[in-house]
Amino acid sequence: MQIDLRTVSIKPQRQTYGHIERRFGDKPASRYQEGTFDLQPTANFHYRPTWDPDHEIFDAARTALKMQDWYAFKDPRQYYYGAWTLARARQQDTAESNFDFVESRNLGALLPEDVRQLALDLLLPLRHVAWGANMNNASVCAYGYGTAITQPCMFHAMDNLAIAQYLTRIGLLLGDPGALATAKEHWLYAADWQGLRRVVEDSLVVQDWFELFIAQNLVLDGLVYPLFYKTLVEDALSLRGGTAVAMLTQFMTEWYAETAKWVDAQIKTACAESPENAALVRGWIAAWQSRALDALTPLAQRALGERAGAALDDLATQFAARVAKCGVPA
Amino acid sequence: MDMQVPKKKLGLKERYTLMTRDLAWDTSYQPKEKVYPYADYEGIKIHDWDKWEDPFRLTMDAYWKYQAEKERKLYAIIDAYSQSNGHLGVTDARYLNAIKIFLTAVTPLEYMAHRGFAHAGRAFPGPGARVACMMQAIDEMRHAQTQIHSLSNYNKYYNGFHDAPHMYDRVWYLSVPKSFFDDAITAGPFEFIVSVGFSFEYVLTNLLFVPFVSGAAYNGDMGTMTFGFSAQSDEARHMTLGLECIKFILEQDPANLPIVQRWIDKWTWRGVRLLSIVAMMMDYMLPKRVMSWKEAWEIYFEENGGALFKDLARYGIRMPDCCEQIRQEKDHLSHQVWAAFYNYSAATDFHTWMPDEDEMKWLSQKYPDTFDQHYRPRFEFWREQQQKGNRFYNKTLPMLCQTCQIPMLFTEPGDPTKICYRERDYKGSKYHFCSDHCQHIFDNEPEKYVQAWLPVHQIYQGNCFPEGSDPTAPGFDPLAAVLEHYRLNAGRDNGDFEGSEDQRNFEAWRGMAKRND
Repeated sequence: MQIDLRTVSIKPQRQTYGHIERRFGDKPASRYQEGTFDLQPTANFHYRPTWDPDHEIFDAARTALKMQDWYAFKDPRQYYYGAWTLARARQQDTAESNFDFVESRNLGALLPEDVRQLALDLLLPLRHVAWGANMNNASVCAYGYGTAITQPCMFHAMDNLAIAQYLTRIGLLLGDPGALATAKEHWLYAADWQGLRRVVEDSLVVQDWFELFIAQNLVLDGLVYPLFYKTLVEDALSLRGGTAVAMLTQFMTEWYAETAKWVDAQIKTACAESPENAALVRGWIAAWQSRALDALTPLAQRALGERAGAALDDLATQFAARVAKCGVPA
Repeated sequence: MDMQVPKKKLGLKERYTLMTRDLAWDTSYQPKEKVYPYADYEGIKIHDWDKWEDPFRLTMDAYWKYQAEKERKLYAIIDAYSQSNGHLGVTDARYLNAIKIFLTAVTPLEYMAHRGFAHAGRAFPGPGARVACMMQAIDEMRHAQTQIHSLSNYNKYYNGFHDAPHMYDRVWYLSVPKSFFDDAITAGPFEFIVSVGFSFEYVLTNLLFVPFVSGAAYNGDMGTMTFGFSAQSDEARHMTLGLECIKFILEQDPANLPIVQRWIDKWTWRGVRLLSIVAMMMDYMLPKRVMSWKEAWEIYFEENGGALFKDLARYGIRMPDCCEQIRQEKDHLSHQVWAAFYNYSAATDFHTWMPDEDEMKWLSQKYPDTFDQHYRPRFEFWREQQQKGNRFYNKTLPMLCQTCQIPMLFTEPGDPTKICYRERDYKGSKYHFCSDHCQHIFDNEPEKYVQAWLPVHQIYQGNCFPEGSDPTAPGFDPLAAVLEHYRLNAGRDNGDFEGSEDQRNFEAWRGMAKRND
């Protein structure tokens, strides 16, 4: 049936769902709001998990952090599945043309040999770091509380997987499968990498999901991405004729800038809730930060030589400034 | 320019391996049991995760590209449908009640699947299985959200759509889907994936899609139809994952067979009980019928499902024992369930009604052995009473099955005149069941099922009234208090369709759309 409704205006009974109206008022709601808020069941669970009988299926007590309202963890990007997928598909288009550009002009072969080797040596083992990040974010989504923070963590987990896959493609473009195997060998056995591998493996067994969120998304990523993609690739390698590498890691650079805003908003929200939360957050950051910086020291030396000390100091200073801006007490 | 030695092109499989499972490593600073603490306790033995065959090889770049394309199309159609008041094009406003059930009973399950697959996607030690589960985790989020977004426009105009998450946690009949998924997600990751990935996605999903998606298409609901079709391409992946998973488990160790068989038996029956609400939708709630429940059952379970079980026979899997009872019930199920919802319509967030004469004829024709004999007389009587202004509402709370949580409404196998009751004493308490199969499920894991949050028990215990209620106060109306606790607007959301606000508004709006005055 075809109905022409140009002159017909029907007054709606309500503008949005009741739970959205109670939070934001009776006005048209965004797709982010309707697709996110109060989605997770909160009451009258039927059975306890056989894999964790001390908790309910969704249980706020799986972290020491305490919140009046877990939906305070809003995502400034307002990602729901559709918005996230469309944003990433656009970035993927750019990444694809960057790979095409480098490949079609044979820019990989034009890289100075030492630059190419350094890129392979230092970037390819990060595939495994990204895999660890993927596991950790899947963990936060599975065991966290409230869709507002669990949902973006699942997107984040898939982003981490994509980054591991871009790194794999970089390995295949600048090297071959053997380069990936060598990098994995280094990840597993080379002395330089063992500190970082230990930190990553230790993060895999963290039980408190908010601590895990901080360890992975704030501390580890917050030190690894600036050090490797900014200081090493964009600054050091570019100066030595390695701009092609920066093109291949553009996704990571932009992704880090975008997601850091979301991560910071979560930290800010947690700290603003109560002094107890702020103290917890501060403790978690302190514990993971010093371990991560120690672990990164030999890799920075490898990447930057004598400038490593200054670069690490800068890294720590910038990270401290970022953390302070999030309202974490000194 | 240097001469370039052409690189050897990697095969698809080899390349995908580098993109996924090669990313993982065996940890040495932390023991495997701590990194994957949930991998062993169910008793499933996996000797070699490398034997996992990836059911599809989708890297994230390709995933985003395909999915973004689908999302763009889907939301364009949803917008156009809403902007053109597409809701006025559905066959008749009774249809909307079917999608109210969808939003309150199915959409929350999509969300639960999202979280459940995140859990499985973290818990499995095999990277191939992890990646597939995580992709399903975001797909399920997609389904929950596209449903919420598609149905959002209906909520603006019609009653009963307004508080799905709140109701899912509380309303009596919604404890049926909720306990189903709570059961799956509280099981270990292997049972979870067999229950949802295999029994539900693979064996039963078609039965959910036919009434909802084809039903939407038949009844002019382009919004639902669009998200349904859009989800179907994801479902194809999910079904492949479910099947791959079960084959993988069975191939890994012969000791896995009895465990998996028990899960298949359990989840087939759990799924069938859950689908009884779908049976009633197909036969009673779609003004324009797609096919009868019985026909759908025969095609999608007996034929397609039967072929699948033949395929699995080489691993030693046999058809679940419950299939015989299911075969007998297919002639009765939809009528019994609709009768129950008609009875309890004062406490539902959707409307019910008695079929008109043409619809009764259709039912007689589709169910020649049962409808006229067992159900028509009762329905005609109720219709008569309703027309006299005596619409019957049952205000006595029913006894619920401890396992499936459906009121005791099913009849004895072989005797459609007698309600089926089973009971079991366990640690000094008595537990009730709708069937032998629900009782067996309880017997296998009594410590799990004694925990069930049974809505009727909870109401009687006073746990389902608004905060501050005083049930001892004079004139206290328990039903009204329960409905308030549900956030169900009595007189608007519930009761008979005849005379409802939805009915009146739909007529008036459609009239406005048709006339020029």
